[in-house]
Amino acid sequence: MKPAPFEYVRPRTRAGVLAALAAAGEDGKVLAGGQSLIPLLSMRLASPKVLVDINLVPDFSALKISPTHVEIGPTVRHQELLTSEAVRKAVPLLAQALSYVAHPVIRNRGTSVGSIAHADPSGELTAVLSLLDGVVTIEGQDGTREVTGSDFFLGPLESAINSGEMATRVTFGRLPTTMGTACVEVSRRHGDYALVGVCAAIVLGEDHQIDRARISLFSVGPTPIVIDVSGILKGIRIDSKHWREAARFIASSVDPDGDIHATTAYRKNLVEVLSKRGLQCAYQNALDRVAVKQ
Amino acid sequence: MSEKHIDVSMTVNGFPRSGSVPARRLLSDFLRHDLQLTGTHVGCEHGVCGACTVLLNGKAVRSCLLFAVSVDGGEIVTVEGLANQDGSLGPVQQAFHECHGLQCGFCTPGFITTISAFLDEHPNPTEGQAREAIAGNLCRCTGYQNIIKSVLRAAEIRNEMMQP
Amino acid sequence: MTTRTFGEPILRREDPRLVRGDGRYLDDLGQGAYEVAFLRSPHASARILEIDASAAISVDGLIAIYTYEDLEGRMAERLPLLIPHPSLTAGRTGYSLAKEYVRHVGEAIVMVVASNRYIAEDAVGLIEVSYEIFPPVVGIESARAADHLVHADVSDNISAHMIQEVGDARSEIANSKHQIVLDLEIERSASMPLEGKGVYAVWDSDAKEMRLWSSTQTSTGVRAAVAAKLNLPLQKVECTAPDVGGGFGVKIMHPWPEEVLIPWAAQILNHPVKWTEDRREHFISSAHERQQSHHVEVGFDDDGRIAGLDVTFFHDNGSYTPYGIIVPIITSTQLLGPYKPSSYRVEFTSLYTNTVIVTPYRGAGRPQGVFAMERTIDAIANYLGMSRDKVRDVNFIQPGEMPYDQHLTFQDGRPLIYDSGDYPASMAMLKKMIGWDDFEEYQQLARLSGRKVGIGMACYVEGTGVGPYEGGFVQVETSGRVNVSTGLTSQGQGHQTAFAQIVSEELGVPIEDVFVETGDTRRFAYAVGTFASRAAVMSGNAIALAARSVREKALRIAGDALECDPRDLEIIGGVVQVKGDPTNCIPLKTIAVLSNPLRYAFDESAQAATQFAVGDTSKPPILEGEEPGLESRDYYSPLQSTFASGMHAAIVETDPETAEIKILKYVVVHDCGRLINPMIVEGQIHGGVAQGVGGALYERMEYDENGQLLNASFMDFLMPYATEVPFIETGHLETPSPLNPLGIKGAGEAGVIPGSALLASAIEDAEGFEIRKMPISPSELWQLRIDHQNGLVPTLKIGEKQK
Repeated sequence: MKPAPFEYVRPRTRAGVLAALAAAGEDGKVLAGGQSLIPLLSMRLASPKVLVDINLVPDFSALKISPTHVEIGPTVRHQELLTSEAVRKAVPLLAQALSYVAHPVIRNRGTSVGSIAHADPSGELTAVLSLLDGVVTIEGQDGTREVTGSDFFLGPLESAINSGEMATRVTFGRLPTTMGTACVEVSRRHGDYALVGVCAAIVLGEDHQIDRARISLFSVGPTPIVIDVSGILKGIRIDSKHWREAARFIASSVDPDGDIHATTAYRKNLVEVLSKRGLQCAYQNALDRVAVKQ
Repeated sequence: MSEKHIDVSMTVNGFPRSGSVPARRLLSDFLRHDLQLTGTHVGCEHGVCGACTVLLNGKAVRSCLLFAVSVDGGEIVTVEGLANQDGSLGPVQQAFHECHGLQCGFCTPGFITTISAFLDEHPNPTEGQAREAIAGNLCRCTGYQNIIKSVLRAAEIRNEMMQP
Repeated sequence: MTTRTFGEPILRREDPRLVRGDGRYLDDLGQGAYEVAFLRSPHASARILEIDASAAISVDGLIAIYTYEDLEGRMAERLPLLIPHPSLTAGRTGYSLAKEYVRHVGEAIVMVVASNRYIAEDAVGLIEVSYEIFPPVVGIESARAADHLVHADVSDNISAHMIQEVGDARSEIANSKHQIVLDLEIERSASMPLEGKGVYAVWDSDAKEMRLWSSTQTSTGVRAAVAAKLNLPLQKVECTAPDVGGGFGVKIMHPWPEEVLIPWAAQILNHPVKWTEDRREHFISSAHERQQSHHVEVGFDDDGRIAGLDVTFFHDNGSYTPYGIIVPIITSTQLLGPYKPSSYRVEFTSLYTNTVIVTPYRGAGRPQGVFAMERTIDAIANYLGMSRDKVRDVNFIQPGEMPYDQHLTFQDGRPLIYDSGDYPASMAMLKKMIGWDDFEEYQQLARLSGRKVGIGMACYVEGTGVGPYEGGFVQVETSGRVNVSTGLTSQGQGHQTAFAQIVSEELGVPIEDVFVETGDTRRFAYAVGTFASRAAVMSGNAIALAARSVREKALRIAGDALECDPRDLEIIGGVVQVKGDPTNCIPLKTIAVLSNPLRYAFDESAQAATQFAVGDTSKPPILEGEEPGLESRDYYSPLQSTFASGMHAAIVETDPETAEIKILKYVVVHDCGRLINPMIVEGQIHGGVAQGVGGALYERMEYDENGQLLNASFMDFLMPYATEVPFIETGHLETPSPLNPLGIKGAGEAGVIPGSALLASAIEDAEGFEIRKMPISPSELWQLRIDHQNGLVPTLKIGEKQK
């Protein structure tokens, strides 16, 4: 298992990267962490003619945390994001989801933006982007675009990034202190891709009642599936009946494929179970956040 | 037509090393076959087994998921670089020996590098943390029990070495 | 003083080298060699119409491309059928490169030699092969239906059919008060060592000699096979197993096509050639094991005592049968475990399918047999409403009944007679360790809080140390260094330590002075191989015998030198001394000097040994009947196997919602006779248990109906990580084997054997309904719950109690 030959460029500037990508067009591929790409190359399931290694561009590794936003550069490693206390405070869901991404050694090299750009529907971060309406900044030689989570994923391994372009940044707004989030998943082995995973977000209104509730499912459809269950949960506090009702509603709205690890029926069951657990956990986290603030 | 070669230089186990390799040459192959540091092993070449784990700038990474050209200028430590300066077995190596943490020894270098990096950040791990720390490496011989024991023992040895 | 070493947890001699990264595995050798990649069949069943390599010719760095057409002489003949058997009436083997037909995805068609593996793979990618594709045979049902054939001349896809019968099981069952019928199934897994296979060959065109390295479990076997295929005298071929990164059975199969092709190419090209198997190749072109389906009928009395057991099973042997029918024979004979049914009938049919070949994987057919037997015992317990341990108790062979003749013929063609064992004592120990008697209370408490927990147990007996023989060589150098060699190979079992312990103990030398080499035909040319938990029993005893004759010779020479009766001498710390008078002594290294009269003085000890320095001029320097040197070679060849045994118990918890399965506690009671090194034995058990857990809960080979292996990677073939393997608590019982000088039994495979039986038992106990098929995933367990709710899966008595 050895990669086929390719041309390799490693520009030191953003402009250099964009020029190289533009020149390569459809034959080009960005190499950031490479933790998903290189296995595909070694198995010769992918053989781009040009690899544009972006790891030498200094400002690509920037992780900026402002009072309003978290901005993640394209060579920020999962592990850096996961262990950043400031990120954990601003967007707790990132750390919650990242702790499920592969194993620490992979997280040391793999990049979060790369993981989103890879658009693997079983990737935890795809669901985070969709749920939180994160914004992907896509740059090419012809200009810069911003695409929100809901528009970014087009299909399995297919995103709004065109050939000659790359994701140069992913931005998340700081979560309101009334919002609680959670990520739960079931995988065959620890660290494996999820059979089903759920990111959940709950916003509390007055008097700790639920105002908004949304979940984003991964490993369930061709892209992350976001479902709003505010209609079912709005205005309630803790009530197992409503959690169950919301979870059933979510499960009834999806039709996941079966594969060698899990059947469609089992996945639907997991969607229900994990939606319930995810929502409950997000609710608890919301209460905790509100309590900390007070 | 001959494949284009690219010059690379890096520090490996404290020594400057260089070579001229095709862009597609995996770091694992560069270390093993160009530098003849065969202690780094290759068990799957798709990043799952962890046998090829080395330290890049102090962090554990899979050398089968990196191209040699991509780590140009980097600092690499392999299992061969983890002995003590006096040549005796390093703490993790010694712990594996004492705790019967290896059988065939093929996956062992990847565990030793992974654990060395882990202990740098977690000098006093619990058993649960030790298990989690090695959970990205496959071993087919030991059932992991003695490897977990080795992690805890290695922490002890390191702490003993820190004592004046 | 020499401290005792036999039976002690001596730290391994092989470790310091391996933990430093100084091991030498196959791909660490031959750095300048040409490298090989294969074009392998993408189809499960097809005829090769045309191979067009023209586009590959221009690849820079390409050395050679070979297809079947290039093979000549014996190389063009089929690969050997290694273990023929009268019941294997339609044995078939393949060619080293496919001849016209391919019969599984992964079968080698074209061999490409290039300056390195990258370029070899480039060339493989440019070779075009056209095929006529046939519908494949996948799975036991499809093989039995025989709508399609794997081999055109095997019209029913049946390679072998065999029946063994002790008493009249069918009428005993019919006459029994109670009868049960069970249908059981186990799927494929594989050895999956972390290091794949690999071969490296160097042809010495001056001496016309082949020097060969293979990541094998039998270097003597590979050597003989290569000599035969290349038509070379055996003396002109030497084979070494270097450090081997795990075997678990897959590397006992030989010669693999690559093991003959690589030396063949090295000879033709007159250049070193190496092939290192990659992970995908290992999945689709090595070997798998385990798939069988069993139909069990059993008759028993009110106490659960089995009067008759009738087992019919089908075994999927894959596309060829180069390793014969060892696996189903072991299943059929080891199925009985520690039990003594009054009568037993077993019938198996071995079937061809268009999948990877099936050869032994650690446990070798036993996990399937134990699954059938233990599921049956649990079913009897359920039927009678008895405790599962009680039904086992009434069926156990008692210690006083040893040796116990099961009246069957074992895999080695010899009678299946258990030599020793104490099953009731093992059971008592097991129940205490797991807390068997208190579990019901715990289970009820857990249930009250909405948790599902269950307990299970499983027992096995394992024939270990099968013949025909192994040899050992022990030599004391004049430096005091003790060289030990044996022909069988090592893949992590710690032979360099365990065999050194034996020699240290037998010869009375410090273990630090003992150096063991294995698996090198240059050191020891007669050997069988490492399989069937036989290394310690076979080579261990052979080495012990060799060490004993060295000791005898040393005492005789020392007796002469010290002018006393050898019976008054002992060896302590490498020094022969008069018992009770340690000052009257002579070191072994001096005896080594005395034992080898020399003409030339090349160092100090040689100076002392020249014919001018020592000896009685009235006698020849070497006495009649003697040989120079303080060394000996001996062999151990037993009449039959020795039978180790064990029992495992586990507590599991299943998630009521997600059906995830977690092992809360796992205990092992193990009896492999006298322990040479308890630390190593325990390590073997841990590794076996991990593979047992893998086989029960995670691993399987997912073939689709086209014969494509869908999970041929470590991403999707779910070998357990540390997070999936429970903490294992081990208890040892030591019932010595009366069959061999050291009283030992094999230990290598034991841990894996009861895994599926055990976890099925525990999951069943947690769920309250029948488990009949393993491995089981959360998805499958969840489906069983639905099926059970719908009345499709029977409720167990424990399940009724739970309601």
